[in-house]
Amino acid sequence: MRAQRSLVAVPDAVPPGTPKLAARGVSKTFRNARGGVVSALGEVDLSIADGEFVCLIGPSGCGKTTLLNLFAGLDRPDTGEILMDGQPVTRPSPQRAVLFQDPALFPWLSVRANVEFALELIGVPKSERADRAMGWLRRVHLGRFANAQPHELSGGMRSRAALARALACQPQVLLADEPFAALDAQTREILQGELQEVWSETRNTFVFVTHNVREAVFLADRVVLMSAPPGTFVAEHRITAPRPREFEDVLLSKVVVDIHDHLLKEVEKVVEREREMA
Amino acid sequence: MSNGNARWRSTAEQIFPRLAAIGVLLLAWWATAASGLFSPNELPSPGAVLDAFAESFVTPDPPRESILQATQASLVRLVVGLSVGIVIGTLIGLAMAASPTVQRSIGSLMAGLQALPSISWLPLAILWFGLSERAILFVVIIATIPAMAIASASSIRLVPPLLVRAGRTLGARSWILQRRVVLPAAVPGYVAGLQSAWALAWRALMAGELISTGGKGLGHLLDANRQVFLVSRIFAVMLMIIIVGMAVEALFGVLDRRVRSKRGLLAAT
Repeated sequence: MRAQRSLVAVPDAVPPGTPKLAARGVSKTFRNARGGVVSALGEVDLSIADGEFVCLIGPSGCGKTTLLNLFAGLDRPDTGEILMDGQPVTRPSPQRAVLFQDPALFPWLSVRANVEFALELIGVPKSERADRAMGWLRRVHLGRFANAQPHELSGGMRSRAALARALACQPQVLLADEPFAALDAQTREILQGELQEVWSETRNTFVFVTHNVREAVFLADRVVLMSAPPGTFVAEHRITAPRPREFEDVLLSKVVVDIHDHLLKEVEKVVEREREMA
Repeated sequence: MSNGNARWRSTAEQIFPRLAAIGVLLLAWWATAASGLFSPNELPSPGAVLDAFAESFVTPDPPRESILQATQASLVRLVVGLSVGIVIGTLIGLAMAASPTVQRSIGSLMAGLQALPSISWLPLAILWFGLSERAILFVVIIATIPAMAIASASSIRLVPPLLVRAGRTLGARSWILQRRVVLPAAVPGYVAGLQSAWALAWRALMAGELISTGGKGLGHLLDANRQVFLVSRIFAVMLMIIIVGMAVEALFGVLDRRVRSKRGLLAAT
């Protein structure tokens, strides 16, 4: 009986070839403090396949965070639309978990209670929450710190806790906005390795915003380079190197140099413009 | 060993300045009293006040009540008035936080009300309720409401937007988002509001008891002792008001430190 049901086509089945996540003609402007209009994101189109790891990279102000917030459903685009499985995204959902620049843990809850809260929100029954939360915390090497308050953890541990909380939602899509930017270089490298490890098991669709080329090349299937503001896409690099990847990989280093040169040109444009304005 | 030493030193550093300040004050008081510039009926010596304080526990002050009975009466009024004021003020504050229209209308009213010393309501309260318990309670409640309304509204307004965004991306919406994310995030600001509200309520209560003569309470006792020129007893009652005030202050201080240390908001000392 059960097996039969799973054979019946689900009514809202996604047609084959539909991207997991897509931006169609999306743009967004903001008002600055003086009421002027600032274009944060030019018109962009982007399709991300199921299970694909995409890194967005670009100079500051290019709208990569803006685009990520649009994907999350935290903001609405001025033009165009955001689609997930072909359906318009209109509000945040635990199906699209977000890792912010700051771990954004709830300071009144213990590390474990933070993860349990995420489980509660996706409807996990109370009796299972503690075990499942512990499972995710062990996975990011935080088992021993489950009962600590977030402020008692180091920066790297807080980032891990945020990752555990995001994964506990069992999201189809993970959206990360420079989640390791505030960490020191060594911790950052360790966490990148751990992220690669966890992701190779979960294989969620991943959109990862960074301005660190090495990080992008190390993690991604595809690196999308954004232009000086108003941000649009200027180049795309597919990274085909097999996983698990090593930071010392010579092939990767070559790609890093290429993208880095390209990115530098975009950053120079920004700096040029800022000098002209000054 | 060295740890214990350090702890002892930090405790000493905490306590010594307080003792020193009290000591200097007592010394100056004692010297002034001993100088003979004032008669003991105007300025009793610290020793005389201490005697009067001890005495006031056993020998009732003129209006037939001991200092303990008066303290009890005042504390009951404080608890009742403060509780009612906190509930009403918090509800108004929540409404202010929920609606910009309420914030602009009732919010500005609350700000205006806060500018009016609560004791100036007493004449009206006496006209409305008579020289009664209710008149004093009214003044205490009216002192608490605007402080609590403004504090709870602003504690919600100051919740870090990032936490709200994090809650939304986890799937928390409307009532769940408010109850599980916004309100807990607002607690430290709310507790700070409680601290200032209780202090306002205590001042209003003492003033109210002092002015609306008759009845019980520490404020009444002050006035009753003035009427029979028992200066050392006046000092004794003032001492009691300080002691009760500091005890309640300490209670709210514990609550505040608990809330903040759990959230990592205590400055390392």
